[in-house]
Amino acid sequence: MGEQLTITKIKEGTVIDHIDSGKAVLVLRIIGIDHQSTEPVSMAMNVPSKKMGKKDIVKVEGKFISAEELNKISLIAPKATINLIKDFEIQKKFRVNLPEVIEGILTCPNRNCITNSREPITRRFYITLEENQVVAKCYYCNRKIVDIDRYVI
Amino acid sequence: MSRFGHLISIDDLSKDEILYILKKAESFEPFAKGMDKSRILENRLLANLFFEPSTRTRMSFEAAMKGLGGDVINMTAQEASSVAKGETLADTVRVVSRYVNAIVIRHPLEGTARFAAENSDVPVINAGDGAGQHPTQTLLDLYTINKESSLKNIKIALMGDLKYSRTVHSLIKALTLFNPRIYLVSPDSLRLPEEFLEGIDGDISFASLGEIIDEINVLYMTRIQKERFPDEEEYRRVAGSYKIDVNSLKNAREDLIIMHPLPRVDEIHHSVDGTPHAKYFQQAFYGVPVRMAILSEMIE
Repeated sequence: MGEQLTITKIKEGTVIDHIDSGKAVLVLRIIGIDHQSTEPVSMAMNVPSKKMGKKDIVKVEGKFISAEELNKISLIAPKATINLIKDFEIQKKFRVNLPEVIEGILTCPNRNCITNSREPITRRFYITLEENQVVAKCYYCNRKIVDIDRYVI
Repeated sequence: MSRFGHLISIDDLSKDEILYILKKAESFEPFAKGMDKSRILENRLLANLFFEPSTRTRMSFEAAMKGLGGDVINMTAQEASSVAKGETLADTVRVVSRYVNAIVIRHPLEGTARFAAENSDVPVINAGDGAGQHPTQTLLDLYTINKESSLKNIKIALMGDLKYSRTVHSLIKALTLFNPRIYLVSPDSLRLPEEFLEGIDGDISFASLGEIIDEINVLYMTRIQKERFPDEEEYRRVAGSYKIDVNSLKNAREDLIIMHPLPRVDEIHHSVDGTPHAKYFQQAFYGVPVRMAILSEMIE
């Protein structure tokens, strides 16, 4: 178990496993964890994985992140699995699901889109799977994003 | 809210709703020509919010509203309004929607009409947002085809700037409801972006005008704008082959109609104006009865 060698177990909190390698930092950004957060966070990158070759893992101590919030991760890490931990035991285990609509996380690549103006507007995208690829479509200007990583705020 | 709520994109309308508007527009033609008087929108007020210059669209909305007994207030010069003082569009719309019964909006940014609708208490009609949608133009284009030719078994060529023309983008989507054969005739640099062909079923192919002129019922021209090209010479070289005159129409079908959303610059030579093919001025007129039909449905 490579991950145990890399990061210690947490007593209570959320473990996000099977993140596509290299995307752990982006995952943290999507769930809104940064230097202003108070929860201890450990992160492992490029951990050997049987299924994925290599993967990233993120552990957030002392916080149960909501499923709705976690589902946003599926935009960039569709294979991610979530373990909610209590007293060092897995209480609940689930996979992330692709949301139909996502608000606030992505920015529209169309510079001529109203969402890139100074209007008080919440960016909103429809999310679909096209040929196994996650595609986001701007609710306002219909522009599609395929390379989603590049447009995470 | 009215029967159609807001009119933001042609996608908001089903085929039946489109046909309903076209039928209703026909009944408004006598009013549009001033042969008859209607008061059905008496005491109703329309706001034209134009953040981009427009002559035909703005004036035809005004003519349509007044022709039905209503009145219009205009916000045309951006500099003269509070927008120049830094007010957001959201605030402008919130305020204006309290003065009027419906809002017509044109704006250079895509998605603006949808955003305006979210901030409006009254129906919003999109009169063009950036390279996005212009649904009332599409409806008057369909009306023109239906009146002057036929929407059934139509063979249409869309020619000119297919990349930036919002008129073309909206029209293609709507046309596909009628099983057309569509030919796209444009310079390589102004080809229709792939995204507009996604999810569209239909017989669509690229062609040159010479190959298809004897086959098509409708030739829909658009203006090729100078500013789309890196330099004047490139513009002249490319744009030259997307102009028509009477000679280009030698092999055309007798019943071919030529349309153009106007304004034209020199892509249709004036010699074409006198031929029975030329329908672009009639098309501009049809903007009035079609917008009458839309306003009468949207304003309570």
